[in-house]
Amino acid sequence: MAEGRRLDRDDDLPVYLARPSTADPVARQKYGGLFCNVEGAYESKTIDFDALSVGQRGSRSPRATNREEQKPSKQQTNFTALQSGGETEDKTQSAFEREDLQPTVTKSERLLIKGGRIVNDDQSFYADIYMEDGVIKQIGDNLIVPGGVKTIEANGKMVIPGGIDIHTHLQMPFRGTTTADDFTQGTKAALAGGTTMIVDHVIPEPGCSLLEAFDRWSKWADEKACCDYSLHVDITHWNDSVKQEVETLIKEKGVNSFQVYMAFKDLYQMSNTELYEVFTFLGEHGGIAQVHAENGEIIAEEQARMLEMGITGPEGHVLSRPEELEAEAVFRAVTIASQTNCPLYVTRVMSKSAADIISQARKKGNVVFGEPITASLGTDGTHYWSKNWAKAASFVTSPPLSPDPTTPDYLNTLLASGDLSVVGSAHCTFSVAQKAIGKDDFTQIPEGVNGAEERMSIIWDKAVVTGKMDENMFVAVTSTNAAKILNLYPRKGRIAVGSDSDLVIWDTDAVRTITAKTHHSAAEYNVFEGMELRGAPMLVVCQGKIVLEDGNLHATSGTGRFIPCSPFPDFAYKRVKARKQLAILKAVPRGMYDGPVSEFSPMSRGGTPSASTRTSPTKVPVRNLHQSGFTLSGPEEAPIRPAGRRIVVPPGGRSNITSLS
Amino acid sequence: MSGTGYQGKKNIPHLTSERLLIKGGRVVNDDQSLYADVYVEDGIIKQVGENLIVPGGVKVIEANGCMVIPGGIDVNTCLHKPYLGTPPVDDFYQGTKAALAGGTTMIIDHVTPQPGDGLLEAFEKWQEAADKKSCCDYSLHVDIPHWHEGVKEELEQLVQEKGINSFQVYMAYKGLYQMPDSQLYEAFSFLKELGAVVLVHAENGDLIAQEQSKILGMGIIGPEGHPLSRPEELEAEAVFRAITIGNRVNCPVYITKVMSKSAAETVAIARKKGSVVFGEPITASLATDGSHYWSKNWAKAAPYVTSPPLNPDPTTPEHLHSLLACGDLQVVGSGHCAYSTSQKAIGKDNFTLIPEGTNGVEERMGFVWDKAVAMGKMDDYFFVAVTSTNAAKIFNLYPRKGRIAVGSDADIVIWDPDKIKTITAKSQQSALEYNIFEGMDCRGGPLHVVSQGRVVFEEGKLQVQQGTGRFISRKPFPDFAYQRIKYRNKIMNMQGVSRGMYDGPVYDVPATPKYITPAPSAKTSPTTHQPPPIRNLHQSNFSLSGSQIDDNIPRRSGHRIVAPPGGRSNITSLG
Repeated sequence: MAEGRRLDRDDDLPVYLARPSTADPVARQKYGGLFCNVEGAYESKTIDFDALSVGQRGSRSPRATNREEQKPSKQQTNFTALQSGGETEDKTQSAFEREDLQPTVTKSERLLIKGGRIVNDDQSFYADIYMEDGVIKQIGDNLIVPGGVKTIEANGKMVIPGGIDIHTHLQMPFRGTTTADDFTQGTKAALAGGTTMIVDHVIPEPGCSLLEAFDRWSKWADEKACCDYSLHVDITHWNDSVKQEVETLIKEKGVNSFQVYMAFKDLYQMSNTELYEVFTFLGEHGGIAQVHAENGEIIAEEQARMLEMGITGPEGHVLSRPEELEAEAVFRAVTIASQTNCPLYVTRVMSKSAADIISQARKKGNVVFGEPITASLGTDGTHYWSKNWAKAASFVTSPPLSPDPTTPDYLNTLLASGDLSVVGSAHCTFSVAQKAIGKDDFTQIPEGVNGAEERMSIIWDKAVVTGKMDENMFVAVTSTNAAKILNLYPRKGRIAVGSDSDLVIWDTDAVRTITAKTHHSAAEYNVFEGMELRGAPMLVVCQGKIVLEDGNLHATSGTGRFIPCSPFPDFAYKRVKARKQLAILKAVPRGMYDGPVSEFSPMSRGGTPSASTRTSPTKVPVRNLHQSGFTLSGPEEAPIRPAGRRIVVPPGGRSNITSLS
Repeated sequence: MSGTGYQGKKNIPHLTSERLLIKGGRVVNDDQSLYADVYVEDGIIKQVGENLIVPGGVKVIEANGCMVIPGGIDVNTCLHKPYLGTPPVDDFYQGTKAALAGGTTMIIDHVTPQPGDGLLEAFEKWQEAADKKSCCDYSLHVDIPHWHEGVKEELEQLVQEKGINSFQVYMAYKGLYQMPDSQLYEAFSFLKELGAVVLVHAENGDLIAQEQSKILGMGIIGPEGHPLSRPEELEAEAVFRAITIGNRVNCPVYITKVMSKSAAETVAIARKKGSVVFGEPITASLATDGSHYWSKNWAKAAPYVTSPPLNPDPTTPEHLHSLLACGDLQVVGSGHCAYSTSQKAIGKDNFTLIPEGTNGVEERMGFVWDKAVAMGKMDDYFFVAVTSTNAAKIFNLYPRKGRIAVGSDADIVIWDPDKIKTITAKSQQSALEYNIFEGMDCRGGPLHVVSQGRVVFEEGKLQVQQGTGRFISRKPFPDFAYQRIKYRNKIMNMQGVSRGMYDGPVYDVPATPKYITPAPSAKTSPTTHQPPPIRNLHQSNFSLSGSQIDDNIPRRSGHRIVAPPGGRSNITSLG
């Protein structure tokens, strides 16, 4: 089988390249809609799709299963089919299907969505979409499609790329238990909300192997996920072996984003020095540094103070983690990232001041992305003071929700203006009984809120309906930007020929009331309980199959594929690469100093600022009179000097150390 | 003696009962100016006004309409700080001479204990040196090299018995003075209780150490490596962090040596948000920039080495002056710490070994006048404020110092706004063989300087005497910094929510938590061990209906919440 595939690829290429001369498909590419696309625009968009397709690169990975490998091969076949024209397509395709049929991929569903308004992050237009084998095959009006295709009438409704939830914690182990939502429950909830891909966090225990943890997580997800997934890996400690593992993960496993913690003292927290090293390493290897930004040192002090004051309830959580500490850590992370020239991604932006720091940093040109989460966009921290312990505890997450009730509105504004880039859910649900571990000590309450299902609706309701954001931006923040950061674009995050057929028909007028009774998560609580949200998915297509229709969810666990992410995403690294070339530091070539050197005690006991124990090229000042490069006269390079500065002595000129004037 | 009493028990070692009348000057304080004569006796201002009745035989100085201002206070000098065993070339004698020549009549020096030494011991050493040599009044800041329990006692003693109300902590100098955030938090909390002002050297030492080894590794060993390894971002970051900690602890924070635009901006923004924070640019950051680090002449580049470094951006001084003029920065220090070229040459092959410090005590007031007042950014009241009055207020010396008023110390300067002087190492008072402001012209300078009631500078000549300087003790809780803090303390009391005991199911945690999310780890907490989940049905005060105690918690309008918080909920009906 593997050989067969190789062959396909070889066959593929000439045909592929020959495409411009093969005339046929162009005829039907008449796009209607507002912008009336240039003819063939989609061809050029998808022409190097092969190269971009991350799926194929992933086939190198040793853990890639048959199921996974099969996917790329199909894609290639599809291209052949498409190029060789409409009629042959059918035959070739079916032939391959029979051959490649695997138990997990049941039926290559063919689907036609008619009369929808396709909304991508850059434009919207009316067109039909034809999908086959989980890939979008054609977009346009009056498509020629084989018979017996299931047709969905979109009736002018929005058709958007399926959401990508870039931040979840499903089936996360916690003190011998796991979160209430496993990969099945969690992805079901995601699908019900219009999200067709999740990216989960792998959290290795400190001291344990990252690779092992990664394998464990991907095994769980392979067994249970109902939609495509990818993984972030959290770096919970740092040493040389971790470095090796990170490199392996980037090069072989398809992980390109790693989270580090500035909080959780004595557990996950890293010192500035370690952060500097991690960021440097990731910057060199094309990874994205994600950071949980809170000042853990001060939190530990504040927590101890709260407990001493007798505050043990959930309100202590927010009191001991004021938003300043979040903003401080964000500022520090931005500084370190800019020093190391590494793209930074701040997970869970929960407060105004943290968001402000990010937007300031972006204005200064730093490569930094901010991720508000469903909870910070949809609700606030006043609930921590609820009299009902179980209710208050369900809001516990870190950084905490800000008690300032104007925060969600503010974050939505920054999201709409592009200062915050992407919305995650940080879905991490614990049952009330699990939360109750901390009933007498807020520091023991397991942290996490729900939000995977509500994510897209909250943004629609709070940002689009209120007029802050347009629908294209909505697509960008819920899906496209995430795909770009993860280097999955345009396979994910776009409705285009050749992209995965993960899409959603979005009903802008639907109104639903969020309640724990009807949500798909296993948690007994919903932090958005009782909110009425406008905007909901009417139909969700995941991997080319309809998974949500008329409010009924038909998800099959285990159908989710691991989508490997390749390093150096252009979205983050284009600028970084260019800056690397500029940022080369140079020493000033100067003659050796040959003046007197005062005696000093080599013991660096007390004294001004010296780097003390740092290694230095020469510890003892050796005076070599023969090597002096001093000249008593002659021009020297003048440094840049502001005009209007009264300087009689030109810098560097007229000076050797014996005439100090 | 004056009736004000704060001269108190102070013994004046140098029996001066010199009487002095300054006639025909314009007395400028930070709030107002008036044409008046000033009569001085026994080192105290006795009368301010017109047509004063004074005894005969009084020395009269004609001010001829020139400004008469309170003598400058330089809050940041290091005149006794040894580097690897070698003392700076300007000791208390040389340094205070230079100060007086520039119109500064009081200095506050930094006591820098060597790691391992006691604070008190170091303090006494410094005080002894200064008493012997200083020519003008002085006070001392004490630096805290590291934080441990023993330090607390010493601090208490310094504040209550020795008259010290300001202490410096370091966020840089990894492995030497640097403190981690948790120690800073503790130090801030403790110093706040004592009523002291916390001075912060704000730079991120961890990152500097990384950058230094990186830059040395690249073969950059000259002075340019100094600014390259200490980019301004690291300064701004540390300033931000220091302010954050200050806010959390509700403690005034004083940032020493604001050297870059972004650090100054951070201070300004924090002040706008209401933080009690003060920023101190120094002479060097206000008058020159860091482009000199790239000089081909090593001996020229090295004198500029100080931390945080001078900024290579040549527009920085102007920006700092603007912020100084609008009140976002408050005090100008000099950061005067003079090491000769041969001392600087200790680091000739490794920039990290170059002793840090620039001159500036003599030029301080002149450059503020030249670059801020003469340029129209600042008026003369503000000039007095930033060079003298604000410092006196922050460090609780006001109104004894920093003001010309009856009862204040007779530290007075007659300022000539038009005097033009070219700065050069040849004519300076400092013992240095270089001057980082070499060749710059400076408008404005003192005509006469009166210190402790005696004329010490006249017609360009200094007449000083070693050892005449007195130690000025300072009381804790300066109003200028602490008044707001006190009010905030009152309102910042936090309260827990009184709620019924949670009586639902509790997940059973294994005894050895292998996987702890956010726990304060080893920190003490009242309940370190989870009590077994006892379900006491009798103690439950959950109610299923009716009004709840938190019904009056403010709720945002337009927040559609069907279930009122706390109402309609016990844990068995979660809907």
